[in-house]
Amino acid sequence: MPTVAGICFTLLTIISFVLFFKKLGKIARNIHLGKAFQINDQKTKRIQNVFLLAFGQKKMFRNPLVAILHLFVYVGFVIINIELLEIIVDGIAGTHRIFKPYLSEGYDFLINSFEILALLVLIACVVFFIRRNLVNIQRLRSKDLDGWPKSDANAILIIEVVLMGLFLTMNATDEEANYLISNLLKPFFSGFDASTLSAIEHTAWWLHILGIYAFMNYLPYSKHLHIILAFPNAYYAPLTPKGKMHNMPSVQNEVLYAMQPELAPTDAAAPEKFGAKDVMDLSWKNLMDAYSCTECGRCSAACPANTTGKLLSPRKIMMATRDRLEEVGKNIDANKQFVEDGKSLLHNYISIEELRACTTCNACVEECPVSISPLDIIVELRRSLVMEESNAPAEWNGMFSNIENNFAPWKFAPDDRDAWTKQD
Amino acid sequence: MKVNTMAEFMAKGEKPEVLFWVGCAGSFDQRAQKITKAFATILDKAGVNYAILGKEEACTGDPARRAGNEFMFQMMAYQNIQILNGYEIKKIVTTCPHCFNTLKNEYPVLGGVYDVIHHTTFLQELIEQGKIKFTDSNEWKGKSITYHDSCYLGRANEIYEAPRKVLESLDMELREMKRCKSKGLCCGAGGAQMFKEEEKGDKRINMERADEAIETKSDFVASACPFCNTMMTDGIKNRAEEVKTEVLDIAEIIAQAIQ
Repeated sequence: MPTVAGICFTLLTIISFVLFFKKLGKIARNIHLGKAFQINDQKTKRIQNVFLLAFGQKKMFRNPLVAILHLFVYVGFVIINIELLEIIVDGIAGTHRIFKPYLSEGYDFLINSFEILALLVLIACVVFFIRRNLVNIQRLRSKDLDGWPKSDANAILIIEVVLMGLFLTMNATDEEANYLISNLLKPFFSGFDASTLSAIEHTAWWLHILGIYAFMNYLPYSKHLHIILAFPNAYYAPLTPKGKMHNMPSVQNEVLYAMQPELAPTDAAAPEKFGAKDVMDLSWKNLMDAYSCTECGRCSAACPANTTGKLLSPRKIMMATRDRLEEVGKNIDANKQFVEDGKSLLHNYISIEELRACTTCNACVEECPVSISPLDIIVELRRSLVMEESNAPAEWNGMFSNIENNFAPWKFAPDDRDAWTKQD
Repeated sequence: MKVNTMAEFMAKGEKPEVLFWVGCAGSFDQRAQKITKAFATILDKAGVNYAILGKEEACTGDPARRAGNEFMFQMMAYQNIQILNGYEIKKIVTTCPHCFNTLKNEYPVLGGVYDVIHHTTFLQELIEQGKIKFTDSNEWKGKSITYHDSCYLGRANEIYEAPRKVLESLDMELREMKRCKSKGLCCGAGGAQMFKEEEKGDKRINMERADEAIETKSDFVASACPFCNTMMTDGIKNRAEEVKTEVLDIAEIIAQAIQ
């Protein structure tokens, strides 16, 4: 006979998962607004990257202390979620610790491990909260994070601390439970009678699982989405040398046909847009990058332009791309298809001054723990600026015409190219 | 100095083992010309059979491409590949990491496939093969030096060791800057920045990097890129009252030590 609580719980579970997957579907649709871009080579190497970069968090270990704290949260999150299975079954069936009889001593080992991890997660999150709000760490203090991004980051940490607290409270007030960490909390509850304890336990149990469902549904709106997208993003990470820029076959062909007109097809298609003006002009990988970004700011902390006070911040490039993509997504939701809104990623979200400051040094790409390339987006926007809008600083226009006329970026006579051989 | 061009080799019906791609900076910039001559001297002394394109060489298109002008890049690439393929070039060595990156990574998809090597790697090979012999009075021995990683050699192509090994072969005392190798700070010239003013900010990038180099209190700063060389030299010149550090390309150091 299903209980009222059981039915409520089952319904809640279904609603939570349906909402969650619906939102994920929206995100997948938004990512697919990006241009098709085939990535299906070197599968073994890509799977290796998933293990090394996503599971193994290789890039995080460029700063070992933070890496270890982050590892606690990550391992804790993944492993404690195994317990979620039991919690869900218990909730639906109205049972209490249903796996315990089947696992006997193994069960105690598991719960003890979960509790130790929960404590580590809790400690790590408190340290992270302090680092974020009280210690003066440039990348966490940056104006990039003013407003919602800062609250988002703090909300994640507070929710995690509360969830871990509830998990431990739930075990501490369970009379049958006898586990390592929650036992330490038992003295706090020693004054309560059995029925109060049971009520606290039930409340903690419900708040914990409701908190988890709420958190799950918060994820897709938050920078915290990286816990899912870090994995595909590591798989699709570029495997070519970082210095290599994407070729533009359309331009390559235009030049080829200009040089060798006999090769030009008679039914040549109208030229497409060059570079990216808006999110739809970027590749789907660029857009997935935007959703994968955790706004940690390692990119901007390594950016030569950003650290010397220029307007450019690679992190802000990613945040702007995601914000614009979300806006475009909402536009599509409201109008069934994208209706021109007079805005674009270039100009409205990312300014010319930001784009111009990039030295293409790849420091941002090197630092990103989840294989994002802000540089790729910067370069695509620069292409649009120069080729669609003919918008370049005067010095660059001079450089272009020197290359065109003198075959060098400076105004020297091509005939003097080997003049150095005649010097002593 | 006598440097043969590909056209001259062709006329004699011969082929060099390697083409030395000089690059625009190496050809025209007065400071970079010294690097070019130093490297050519090394090639001569090491008995490397090489040629240059001479007047037939043209910009690879790197700064145009990074600025966003793909048309200009594709035009230059087309012309250069026509010439390189016409001469059936197999191997290219270059003293510029930007030319190196473009020739090695960006020309193959356009039909220009060559074995491209940067001069620091080439020097390391020549030393290992015993083709470069140093003079007995090694004036560089014990001198302190800090190597500035070029972005297009380092992060872009993961060449961190070759330049350092070359310096170590002279028994120089290698001092690392706070940010080095994959964490190396850009000199500020990449991405076509060399050809325009910096955006407004608190500090110039080359000053930031020059200060880091000065902090190591080294006798010399080593570069492996003509643009880094210019930026670092300018940066250090700005602190000229306090420091006398000299910026030298790795080729210049080797050229002064070679027998």
